[in-house]
Amino acid sequence: MIDLENVAYSYGGAELFSQVNLTLAAGSFHFLTGPSGAGKTTLLKLCYGALQATGGQVRLFGEDAAMMDRDAVALTRRRIGVVHQDCQFLDHLPLTDNIALPLTVSGREGEAAGNLDDLMGWVGLRKQANQLPPQLSGGERQRAALARAVIMSPDVIIADEPTGNVDWEMSQRLLTLLVELNRMGKTVMIATHDMNLIRAAKSQVTTRVLRLKDRQLMQAGAEL
Amino acid sequence: MKQYIARAFDLIAGDPQADRAVPPTGFTARLTLFTAGAMAFLAVFALALSLATGRLADRWASELARTSTLRISAPDDQVDAQLRAALAVLETTPGVAAARALTADEQRALLEPWFGPDLPVEDLPIPQLIEIIEEGRGYDPTGLRARLQAEVPAAVLDDHTRWREPLVDAAGRLRSLGWVAIILIAASTGAMITLAAQAALAANAQVIRVMRLVGARDIYIARAFVRRFTLRALVGSAIGTVMGVLAVMLLPSADVAGGFLTGLGFQRAHWLWPLVIPPLAAAVAFFATRAAALRTLREQS
Repeated sequence: MIDLENVAYSYGGAELFSQVNLTLAAGSFHFLTGPSGAGKTTLLKLCYGALQATGGQVRLFGEDAAMMDRDAVALTRRRIGVVHQDCQFLDHLPLTDNIALPLTVSGREGEAAGNLDDLMGWVGLRKQANQLPPQLSGGERQRAALARAVIMSPDVIIADEPTGNVDWEMSQRLLTLLVELNRMGKTVMIATHDMNLIRAAKSQVTTRVLRLKDRQLMQAGAEL
Repeated sequence: MKQYIARAFDLIAGDPQADRAVPPTGFTARLTLFTAGAMAFLAVFALALSLATGRLADRWASELARTSTLRISAPDDQVDAQLRAALAVLETTPGVAAARALTADEQRALLEPWFGPDLPVEDLPIPQLIEIIEEGRGYDPTGLRARLQAEVPAAVLDDHTRWREPLVDAAGRLRSLGWVAIILIAASTGAMITLAAQAALAANAQVIRVMRLVGARDIYIARAFVRRFTLRALVGSAIGTVMGVLAVMLLPSADVAGGFLTGLGFQRAHWLWPLVIPPLAAAVAFFATRAAALRTLREQS
């Protein structure tokens, strides 16, 4: 699905990381950990084409990301659902329109009617359907972001600190949803500081835990 | 052609979903409406000026080229004799279609703009004027002057060449200035709309980020902005054009004002020209916004 080969990324002359090798195979479940500022979010952005590597090669669904034009990157993003810690909604649109936005921008809004109701039920937000994003709690926003990320039935789901702003109970609920998606064959990659979340996931699904530290990506230690 | 028309209708009909994704931006909307309106108002005047000077140049070029004036300055007791002699010469001059002496009323009318009405022309030492209408290739001015010098020594021939050419040249330059003004107005409209579009894009950076995140192509994002600015420019310029046409209609009429202002306005089919301004403004807005949006989206990535 997504392959990083000897990837490096520098910003403002400073190298954030280098020699990063990573393969996100179909149906795999990855956690990405590491200290703040290590470059986790940057690495995730490389994985969904929001940034270009300054070294090495990133292949998205077999295509060299460096050779993709802007339209190709946009089309590739439709195959990757992204969940941010700050969710990123259009605050002037009701929740249903926000969740259906990926279908809207890809000209498939006709498919929204049936899928949307099921999806709202799956994330437990049917009652909030007509509310605006600022009216939702942190947990509701995260679930809504997850619903938006999966409405196009993407092959890969990338989540950046999805449980950063929610309590333990809500993070368990989100994890359950992500595990369900993985069991449906989706590739999942989650960046998190939350070791308890990783331990909880390991009890439910086979995961690979990676640690980004000192500009290197490595397999996480036995403490997990 | 059909394809372009269909695309224009698509643009007007728009994509309601894409439009909803971008929240309304009051400031840039008002700025675009005002700019398009003001520029269209000015464009109507520039157009009127250009068309009027064009008419003036054509008139001077054609009418004055076909006429000339003979002036007889002689003592009162010799004027009639000199007049008859001059008319006799003119009647036998090849290229002269007609020649007639201006009446006292006509001479008074010519002087009225400078001296006012009821000028006692008869009591003043004003030369007698003869209007000459040419035909075919016209007469030979050198030969006519030589004959007049011999037979009517008090006559002075003015074939208008001296002042017709600078006037026609001046009118032509004014017409060019009018078109330059229209081009400058279009360019200024484009520049102002570009700035407004950039402000709108900057104000909607978060919207653009979200749309990109979910896989929107640049052209999809740009289209929402382009449609808005194009329609605003169309509406604003339509209002400005109507106001401009009304203002031109309220200008003093030719018969009342006389002189140069006589022709400043539209005549006959020229009244249709202002109809071109709103679509032109919309086209300028379309291309300016599209270029600004795509450039900004490239820079924001």
